[in-house]
Amino acid sequence: MTTRVTVIGIGNEFRHDDGVGPAVIAELQRLALADVTLVATDGEPTRLLDAWEGVELAVVIDAVPGAEPGRVHRLDGDAAAPGGGGTHGLGLADALRLAEVLDRAPQRLVLYAVEAADVEVGPGLSAEVGRAVPVVARAVLSELATAFS
Amino acid sequence: MSDRTLTVSSLARVEGEGALHLVIADGAVQTAALQIYEPPRFFESFLRGRQHTEVADITSRICGICPVAYQTSAWAAVEDACGVAPDTAVGALRRLLYCGEWISSHALHIYLLHAPDFLGYPDAIALARDHRAAVSRGLMLKKAGNAILETVGGRAIHPVNPRVGGFHRAPTAAELARLAEQLRPALDAALETVRWVAGFDFPDLELDHELLAAYDPAGYAIERADHIATGSGARFAPAEFLDHVVEHQVPHSTALHATLDGGRYLTGPLARYSISSALLSPVAQQAAAAAGLGATCRNPFRSVVVRAVEIVQALDEALRIIDGYERPAAPGIEVPPRAGVGHGVSEAPRGLLYHRYELDADGLIRQATIIPPTSQNQAAIEHDLHRIASANLHLDDAALTHLCEQTIRNYDPCISCSTHFLRLTVERR
Repeated sequence: MTTRVTVIGIGNEFRHDDGVGPAVIAELQRLALADVTLVATDGEPTRLLDAWEGVELAVVIDAVPGAEPGRVHRLDGDAAAPGGGGTHGLGLADALRLAEVLDRAPQRLVLYAVEAADVEVGPGLSAEVGRAVPVVARAVLSELATAFS
Repeated sequence: MSDRTLTVSSLARVEGEGALHLVIADGAVQTAALQIYEPPRFFESFLRGRQHTEVADITSRICGICPVAYQTSAWAAVEDACGVAPDTAVGALRRLLYCGEWISSHALHIYLLHAPDFLGYPDAIALARDHRAAVSRGLMLKKAGNAILETVGGRAIHPVNPRVGGFHRAPTAAELARLAEQLRPALDAALETVRWVAGFDFPDLELDHELLAAYDPAGYAIERADHIATGSGARFAPAEFLDHVVEHQVPHSTALHATLDGGRYLTGPLARYSISSALLSPVAQQAAAAAGLGATCRNPFRSVVVRAVEIVQALDEALRIIDGYERPAAPGIEVPPRAGVGHGVSEAPRGLLYHRYELDADGLIRQATIIPPTSQNQAAIEHDLHRIASANLHLDDAALTHLCEQTIRNYDPCISCSTHFLRLTVERR
């Protein structure tokens, strides 16, 4: 059966709060969800294209700089691809636009952006961002429930 | 137009975060500085006090683009310190894994980062609108490289299967046979890539930097070095690296600059090709000749052609290794600790990567030194910037800025991994 939904956590677990995306994926992996593909990635564009190509819904979790660590933003549609890249050559927005040009974009993309406190080198999330992990995981689950209904 | 200051505060299409600062006064280039302002990386200090067997897992986190390079130089240094060497079957798997990283990294750079410069597009997205088949080919190559990393390394980023002494698990012959099916069409795509990039227009520029690359008479140096060679014919052992290469800090960068015997030098595709082109496989040599490359290449803009040839080499090599593969009885060897110093050298996609570890009798790391290619190349990049800018002062600011950015991208600098453990405040002028 083709995958309908992919959840993608973008980040580097060795840059503290940048690892929030993979942390949410790890949380969801414990639930052994059926018909949902879970991907933790560094956000490199070709991996994003592979991860979301052909899916009806891609839910992406990423860290963003912000003044309120742990605050969660939900962005849908065009708002989910804000300008500005990550620390690599192409950011999420660029990857999405590239996918659109190549007809490899998901039908719908929802972004959960979590404001980060600390993205210096080192393992482990800050307390504020750590508390956001179950919050985002629950939000993703209700996102999936709506998509499957 | 005599006094101008051009600043690109955040360079696009290079890995990591860097800035270029160019000062032109009285019709001459006064300063051409590649500024690196990502926070210093503390990996060398992280490593102190860790067990010698942990280096592969820790250093793979330094860079998401070239984790295998970091792992490889790390285990080479630790195995050197402990006086052990895995057998040739494990060595072949390591070479196969590293080929995956070359393919993946070079395909990303050629198609998504560098090609837009040559074809006059602002980015890969605009390029893909007009050159959809080409960009799709690049993504297919990238995926082939990732497939090697996943099959041999366990996963595509920060591979978990490699370890000091070899691997946790060796792939089965059947797994590699499936991988080969994906690599064969990729080799055709790689040859097409060489033809494609050979048709780009290249500004005339011959650089006179000294060149430095790992050398291995057994084949085009990738994952191991018999010795280190220079473009002018000198050679020395990995253990002598720090006798020749000296790092020093400069005010405008958190990455260290390096000199080779007191002078600026270049490592990376141009150095590798110029020193070892005779060791390329026949199919890669043919592709290089058809693309107009001679035995050496000193035009930094043509590095895109050399990278394409190196993808051919890596795919051909990967298929050759799979073809002769017999699953080793043991995926690796034990590496009992002993006190000593070890040196490790390999050819990261961007150039020579040197690691040195000092171990105590329990295998705890007393000192770690990591010298990545981008910091070695920084002086050469700035020298090129100075030359290019000086020769093109007639261009308006936008065109000159673009030319300088392209000059930097010629070296595919990986700024994330070149920033270095140094307490230094960044000076902005």
